[in-house]
Amino acid sequence: MVRYLLAGTLALGTLAATVARADDSIGKRIFEEGSASGAPACAACHGADGAGSPDGQFPAIAGLDAHYLAKQIADFRSGHRVNETMEPIAQALTDAEVGAVTAHVAALPAPAAEGAGSKEGDAIATIGRWAVGVPACEACHGRNGIGSGAAFPALAGQKADYIVAQFAAWRAGTRHNDPLGLMKAVADRLSEADVAAVAAHFQAARR
Amino acid sequence: MRTVVTLAALVATVLPAFAEGAFQPPTAFPEGPFGEMVAKGEAIFTETGKNAPAYVGNGLSCRNCHLDRGRLADSAPMWAAFVLYPQYRAKNKSVNTFTQRLQDCFRFSMNGKAPEADSEVMVALQSYIYWLATGAPVGKKLPGQGYPVLPKPAQAPSPERGKLVFAADCALCHGADGQGTKAADGSYQFPPLWGPQSYNWGAGMHRVNTAAGFIKANMPFGRGGSLTDQDAWDVAAYIDSRPRPQDPRFTGDVAATREKYHNDTDYYGETVDGQVLGSKP
Repeated sequence: MVRYLLAGTLALGTLAATVARADDSIGKRIFEEGSASGAPACAACHGADGAGSPDGQFPAIAGLDAHYLAKQIADFRSGHRVNETMEPIAQALTDAEVGAVTAHVAALPAPAAEGAGSKEGDAIATIGRWAVGVPACEACHGRNGIGSGAAFPALAGQKADYIVAQFAAWRAGTRHNDPLGLMKAVADRLSEADVAAVAAHFQAARR
Repeated sequence: MRTVVTLAALVATVLPAFAEGAFQPPTAFPEGPFGEMVAKGEAIFTETGKNAPAYVGNGLSCRNCHLDRGRLADSAPMWAAFVLYPQYRAKNKSVNTFTQRLQDCFRFSMNGKAPEADSEVMVALQSYIYWLATGAPVGKKLPGQGYPVLPKPAQAPSPERGKLVFAADCALCHGADGQGTKAADGSYQFPPLWGPQSYNWGAGMHRVNTAAGFIKANMPFGRGGSLTDQDAWDVAAYIDSRPRPQDPRFTGDVAATREKYHNDTDYYGETVDGQVLGSKP
């Protein structure tokens, strides 16, 4: 009886592994070559390793939570997050393709730390700027910016210029898909110097 | 409809007061052995379960209810509490020292065991808190002390309405079931608000008025002051009418315990969803 159960479990395990591999081959193909429906390869802009473009125009996506990624794609598709480049891509991808490619990207190794942080950036990330009501970034985004669930993406290794651009977008209201307006509240209260410091901090952080 | 209300609140960008002119605790740790003890105290304060495991019986840390490491005005800051002891407390009808007050936090809010007065945990915490209160006038109630006292709500607090507030404004971090959210290392990223890993039926936060004041001033985290008073009262009623660990003063009988220790500001002994609150350990 135990043997049958064991054999069954093994068979099931193998099946699951095959499915995951099959899924990943689809996700991997979309990431590296694009989709049949015409969405270009993610790697073309986000880099072969998904670590983002050096100028930060295209963010690091490698190792981000799959549900967070899927939510962003859904928001690009609906126009809830406005981005000229990502909107047609998100519209071209089917739900199944989104599931496959976000799973693939989430499983990629996190981007390497880059540059150096500062005392100011470290303080905002780990303690916050409570004099203006801003909590520590790590209180939601996890220790060292490793991310927390689907709502709070990993920040460690993210391009500093991309982080700075998102703050500008939240402040201006051109990005507004943050849950409960949490990032808008932070962006309204941090100075540009604070944002630059904390962006450099996370680009230099290791997951 | 709730989304509309939330967005409206957002547009209004209601900023909390940040207690203008509030007392400023020091920032740089002192030098030497005393400074080391202060640092140890801060580490216990911020990660209590990890750094004082013998005395903690749930998933909470001091910093969960005392934001910014016990420094934030309107979040029951330590610098304001320290200078008000010894004081008479109606809770136990006797004069308590600050040591006894801290011991109560462990017994009730941390659902654990009171550290002995001369234990290192107590020495470290008191060193940290004493240092935070550097320059604060003894015996003076400072602005930002405790949690704000909210005016009585227009409508009696309603767990039913509060459930909707919770789903819209709290579940993102605390989980749809209020059990908190854990980080990859197993520690709590966001604290559990009821159930076995939360504060027990003797903690101050189990009183709806206390929770409402805390919530109004400080929640959603990073957007304190943005809920209406009514929403704060309602969601406090919802959270504090869920099951939680037994009151350590339990006499063996819920009705008798309710009579002796609980009053009209809390739900202990009431029947909610077919369960008498406090009837299960």
